[in-house]
Order: sequence, then structure tokens, then C-alpha cells
Amino acid sequence: MTETDMSLLTIENLSLSIHGTAILHDVSLSVAPGQILGVIGESGSGKSMTAFASMQLLPEGARCTGRISLAGHEVLSLTEAQMCGLRGKAVGMVFQEPMTALNPLKTIGDQVAETILMHEKISRRDAMTRARDALARAELPEDRFPMTRYPHELSGGQRQRVVIAMAIALRPALLIADEPTTALDVTTQAQILKLLTRLVREDGMGLLIISHDLAVVADMADEIAIMQRGRVVERGPAKTLFQTMQHPYSRALLAASTHAPDRTPGINDDALLVVQDVVRSYTLPRKSLFGAPRVIQAVRGVSFQIRRGESLGLVGESGCGKSTLTRAILGLEKVQSGEITLGGQPVFTGHRPNPEVRRRLQVVFQDPYGSFNPRHRVARLVTEPFHLSENPPQGAARAAAIAEALTAVGLSPEDQHKYIHEFSGGQRQRIAIARALITRPDLIILDEAVSALDVQVRAQILDLLADLSERFGLTYLFISHDLSVVRSITDRVLVMKLGEIVEQGQTEQVLDAPQHPYTQQLVAAAPRLPENV
Amino acid sequence: MIRYTLTRLTSLILSLVAASVVIFAAIEVLPGDPASVMLGVNAQEDTLAALRTELGLDQAPVERYLTWVSGMVHGDFGVSYTYRTPVAQMIVDRLQVSLPLALYALALTVLIAFPVGIWAASRRGSFADVSVMGLTQLGVAIPNFWFAMLMVLVFAINLQWFSAGGFTGWGEGPLLAIKSLTLPAIALALPQASILARVMRSALLDTLSEDFIRTARAKGLTRRQALWRHALRNAMIPVLTIIGMQFSFLLAGGIIIENVFYLPGLGRLIFQAISARDLIVVESVVMLLVFAVVMVNFMVELAYAFVDPRLRVRR
Repeated sequence: MTETDMSLLTIENLSLSIHGTAILHDVSLSVAPGQILGVIGESGSGKSMTAFASMQLLPEGARCTGRISLAGHEVLSLTEAQMCGLRGKAVGMVFQEPMTALNPLKTIGDQVAETILMHEKISRRDAMTRARDALARAELPEDRFPMTRYPHELSGGQRQRVVIAMAIALRPALLIADEPTTALDVTTQAQILKLLTRLVREDGMGLLIISHDLAVVADMADEIAIMQRGRVVERGPAKTLFQTMQHPYSRALLAASTHAPDRTPGINDDALLVVQDVVRSYTLPRKSLFGAPRVIQAVRGVSFQIRRGESLGLVGESGCGKSTLTRAILGLEKVQSGEITLGGQPVFTGHRPNPEVRRRLQVVFQDPYGSFNPRHRVARLVTEPFHLSENPPQGAARAAAIAEALTAVGLSPEDQHKYIHEFSGGQRQRIAIARALITRPDLIILDEAVSALDVQVRAQILDLLADLSERFGLTYLFISHDLSVVRSITDRVLVMKLGEIVEQGQTEQVLDAPQHPYTQQLVAAAPRLPENV
Repeated sequence: MIRYTLTRLTSLILSLVAASVVIFAAIEVLPGDPASVMLGVNAQEDTLAALRTELGLDQAPVERYLTWVSGMVHGDFGVSYTYRTPVAQMIVDRLQVSLPLALYALALTVLIAFPVGIWAASRRGSFADVSVMGLTQLGVAIPNFWFAMLMVLVFAINLQWFSAGGFTGWGEGPLLAIKSLTLPAIALALPQASILARVMRSALLDTLSEDFIRTARAKGLTRRQALWRHALRNAMIPVLTIIGMQFSFLLAGGIIIENVFYLPGLGRLIFQAISARDLIVVESVVMLLVFAVVMVNFMVELAYAFVDPRLRVRR
């Protein structure tokens, strides 16, 4: 038999254009039963579009040429009605964003049963029974997760299991998973990847898994394809691909994934930021009219210090209190007890942030798209922190400050006249760093600052951060869920769980020989590239 | 759900109290003495004083407010200065025209707007979508009294299908009454339906671009099925909000249309009362309208919770 005959999905010389813009060029891929194909690429590489082309769920104005064979059907010659018969039945799909992938107004049981009812003429009751089985296979047993639950009553990981249950309810021959774990915490990610692998092995299903993260795919895939600008540049068995890869792009991608900037930390002994016994709790609305209001302890007695010039990592999963702690350090929220001081001065005085301290404290957020006002020019955006100063620089001094900040982050002073939409994600993050730099702060809080970036851009930003820290004597508090990034840029690391710091120490030491069970769990769950790369 | 309803009810009552205070105060500070308006400029000082006493104008404002409110709670809205009849009776008479007219117009609005909005959204960008949305643009722009007069010309005068105005009353049989409300209801519904169709279309287009629609399509639903089963209910929140506002408007805002068709409705009542400075009537009708608006909003909020399970449990 030829490769084509054995395959569930064969894509041959697929080219795709949308409204005349070429998106894919001669893409060829194949997935056999029981096989896991990992497709890797940066944003815009066409990996998702390849998946959507296989399902024929393309945006308007899309034109495909080439050949897509899916479970014996020639996809490009099928009518839309015939495609509807295949989707959900022969091929299931799992998406990136579990929080929005489910209809908020329907119960999870109904949504899973709908897949079955779409394709088989059975009673609703029977469909519900089978939906229950599908949910159980996705590890949402009915006794703990009744089918009458609505999506908002589930966590992100649980919702992703519902999406998986919908996709596998009819035991399709092929499953397509588009960045299925990108929005999830590391331990949840590990569980979902394990679940997907188990389902593939049990059903002999083929799996096409798309990721921007080499390490996620390296662990589980049998075959790997690397895409760049709409082309497959490298293909091969996962076991050997990392040793044999030839294409310069693949090599660059691998190098960027493991990139660690050169750093020569100049740490002083004096403590810059001191966090002492900080407690922050939130009162939730009363459950009943007369019951006591519930209180959530987001941060419970956290203490730590950052020395001047140090880069401190803070890791933990969503809901662990990282963001609350960050807000407290920035003086955006009052804490119930404990004290936070920067250079000996409290960040919060009376009922408002201490402006004296806020000036020396800046922050860079995760989302380079949402954290800028699109109607302001870059010059105005980067000078926003000046409102903290009593006498901000004016005229020539101000222009010089803007030029200096932009130059420092590798942009040109001319860029100050542009609007934010004229920049790429990586450039925007540079502007965010310039905005943080402009008041010459002592401490910069980087809140998942490189999490939304492609690996190559991320490597560049990490280099930039390392360089700036040396040049300006900056101190960093680096908050991230990504252990490999934390390893490459921090000196010490704190591990936070349920509002408490459960472990802290030298980064290498904590990540190589974790002591606390939770840290061990995190380290074990973190996807890793093969050792011998 | 009970908690949700209770919170909404509390805010409903608070709104009513606040509104009554504002309405009373607003009328208090208005210049012009109702007694001298009613009796004319040549009235004798002692007749004026007698009338003031009769109307209770000599009492302290707080006392008058309390009497007014407690009266309304018991269904006693006072006696009209000008007509010398109980306001409650006048309101009941007028509501027999205005309430059915508002409901009729609202029903037409929904019946026109839903299909048009859904149809346009499902054919986004097509010639059909563009032309239908152009028509709704026109529907919003055309003054409804002009459209009403046009309908009178065509359907009442030329074709003689309907009478040109007036209201037969419910005693002559519901069909006749409904018939005499048909042209006014269409005139009222036209701009409202145009607005609602546009809201429906854009709300649907928003939900159609949501991730869960893509999920539904990946399950094998056709575009149509995804729209009807998943998008429509999700698009209902903004649509319900607009429907609520439209009903409140239709109840009170039909003054011009009521005048065009000689309908004895609430709008005409309040208009006449204002010109005659019949402040008891104005106060009471305005309060009644506030009550209607607040009630409609309350029902809309209950409908939200019915549509969206996330609102039933307030975290």
C-alpha cells in the first residue's frame, strides 16, 4: 500500500489564498491511523489555516488548490452539505480557547449530545447516554460533573475536556487539535496532552496537533512538521528530527526555544523591594441574605525580598494569587495586613499609592495588543508614566527622553510619531518596555511579558531585557507560568500556590531539585525538549 | 434565581420612590398657580383662596406628597382640576386605547424586525443584506406622522379599507377595535421595527463570529443550524434591552400618532393636561408611565436571566 492509501488525512500540494493573498504554498502532510502528527510554527505560519482547510471551515474568500483526502473523501470536491456530514463524524476538532469555545447558554450534556444528534437518527435520551460516555472518556465523570452544568461552572481545563468529548463523541477517525493547551496552566496542559494521547492510542485515531511550542509536541508526536510562511520546511519522525533537521528556519526555531540570554547579574546586597507578611483577601457577595459573606484569601502572609540588580521569578498557576500580589506591589490595591516597601518607603500610603514610590516602579503586561490606547501616538503612549512625576520633563528634555527610551529598546526615535497598530507584537512589547523605562525606574514588574510572543521574538525580548538590566541597573520581578523562560532570565525564583509561597531559592536549584511536592509537580508537568538536542 | 429576582425587586421599588419624589418636586417648583390658571386672570381673590383650599394647595408640600403617594397606592389618583372627574377613571379609559395600541405596535415591531434582522445577518454583505439595511435606514429616517398621513391617504381615503381615525371602543367587538388601531400601530411600528432589525442583525453578527459558533460548525452543523441553535439565543440580550425601551416609548410616545388618528390615548391626555396646567393629571400620568417603564425593565431583566444561565447565579 502507498502512503496515501493508509492515511486518514492526506494533504498534497495544498495552496490556499484568501481574497487573492496567498496563505499556504504546496503544503503536503499526512496522518495515519493511530499516528500523532505535530505541526509547529509561529503565528502566521499557516498551521491553523491548514487545519481549517482540512475541515473546510475557511473564512470567506478562501480558495484551495491541490488535494485533501480525509477518511477516503476528496474534501475539495465535496459540497458544503457533504462536508457537514463529515465534520464531527469523521473528523473532530479541538480549539485553542476553551473559555469561549462552548456556547455559554447550553448545558455541557446538550452540547456533547448535539454532535451525536447531528449525525445519527437516535432519540435525545440515547444521545444523552452516549454524551455521558464521551464526557466520562474525557475524564469528566457524571457523578462529579453532572451533564446539567453550564460552561461557566467549569474551569478552563474542564471546558477543554468538554470540547474534547464533543470532538470524540462519535469516535472520529481523525482529531485535529489547534493549540489545545496554549491557554491552560502547565499541569492542566500535561493532563490534557496525556488525555489526547490516551484517546489516540485507545481508538486508533489519528491526531493532528498544532502548536507554537516545540516542547509540547516533541513529547507526544510520532511525526513533526515545521511550517514557516505557509510552507512546510521540515518533516520527519519526532525521535530523530531534532538531530537531523536541516532547514535554517527549523534550526533557528529550536535555538530560540532553548535560548538563554547572556547575563552577568550585578546584584547588590541591599534589599530593594521588601514584602513582609502581606495578606490580601476579598469578600464575596453573601450566598444568602443572612449568611456570613465568604472571604477568599488571595494572598496569605507572603514575605520576600528582591535585592537591587536581581531578577526574581514568580511562578504559579492561574488563581494562585500572583496577580493580586502584583497589584499590591504596584500600590493598586490596599492590603489587609503586612507591608510592602520599595527602598524603605511604603508603596501605599493612606488610601492611595505613594507617588514617590510608583515612579520608581513600572510594569509590563502580557498582552501587547490590549495594553495600548490605539488612538494615541507612540510618543504619548511611552510618556504616560510621566503623570507620576511632579515636574515631568517638557519640550526638548521630553523629546530626548522619548528618543532615549525608544533607542534603548531597539526602535528608532522616529517611531514616536506612529500609532500602535503599525507595529508587530514583538515591537509593541518593546514599546511597552520603553514606556516602563522612561521614568528610569528601579524595579520593573514583568507580568507574563513574553508569554504571548513567538519563540524567536521571545528570545529577542529576553536578550533585550538582560541587556537593559545591565545597562540601567534594573531589578526585575518576572512573573511567568513558563518555567523555561524563568530559568533563562531569573536568578532566584518563588513558587506560589493558593496564596502562599511554597518554595523559594536559586532558580537552577529549585527547578533542578524541587523540594516541595507542588514544585515537583510543576517541573514534571512542564513540557521539555529531548535532552540530547 | 430567587436572589436575583429579589435584588431586582428592591431596585424596582427604590426607583419608584425616587421617581415619585422627583416628579412631585419638579411640579412643585414650576411657576404658575393651578387655581389662577383654572379660574382665569379676572378671578376674585377669595374664590381663588377657596379653590386653593379645595385642591389642598394650602397644605405643606411634605403632607401633600404623602397624601398623593398613599392615594396612588390605594388607586386614588385624585380629581382632575379641569375635568372634575377622578384621574384614575380617566387613566383607565385612556389605557384601553394606549395599552392595546402599544402591544399591537410592539408585536408588529418584533414580527417585522426578527425575520428581517436574522435574514440580513445570515446573508451578511450580500445584495439582500445591503438593500434591507438601506430600507431600515429609511424606516428610521421617515417621520412616522408623515408615514401615518400617507397611509390614511392610501388605505382610508382611496381604498377605504380602514377608517381615517377615531376609535370604535371595545364594546363594538374586538375585531373592529383592532381594525381601528391597525394603521396607528403600523405607523408606530415602522421606525421601531427598523431600529430593532438593525440591532438584531448586528447582535447576531457579533455572536456569529464567536468561537462557539466555529465549534458548532466543527460538529457538523450547517451555517443555518449554527445560527438558529447557537447564535440566536446568545444575541437576545441586546435585543431584549431594546424591546423593553421600545415598549415604554410606545406606551407614552404615541402623542403625535394619537393626534393624527384622533385616538383618545394616554399621550393625548397628558398633552391636554399640560396645556391646561392640570397638574394632578400630569403628575399621576407621568408617575404611571414611570411605573410602566420600571415594570417593563424588571421583566426584561427577568427575561435576561431566563436567556442566560450565568445571570441566574450571582457570584
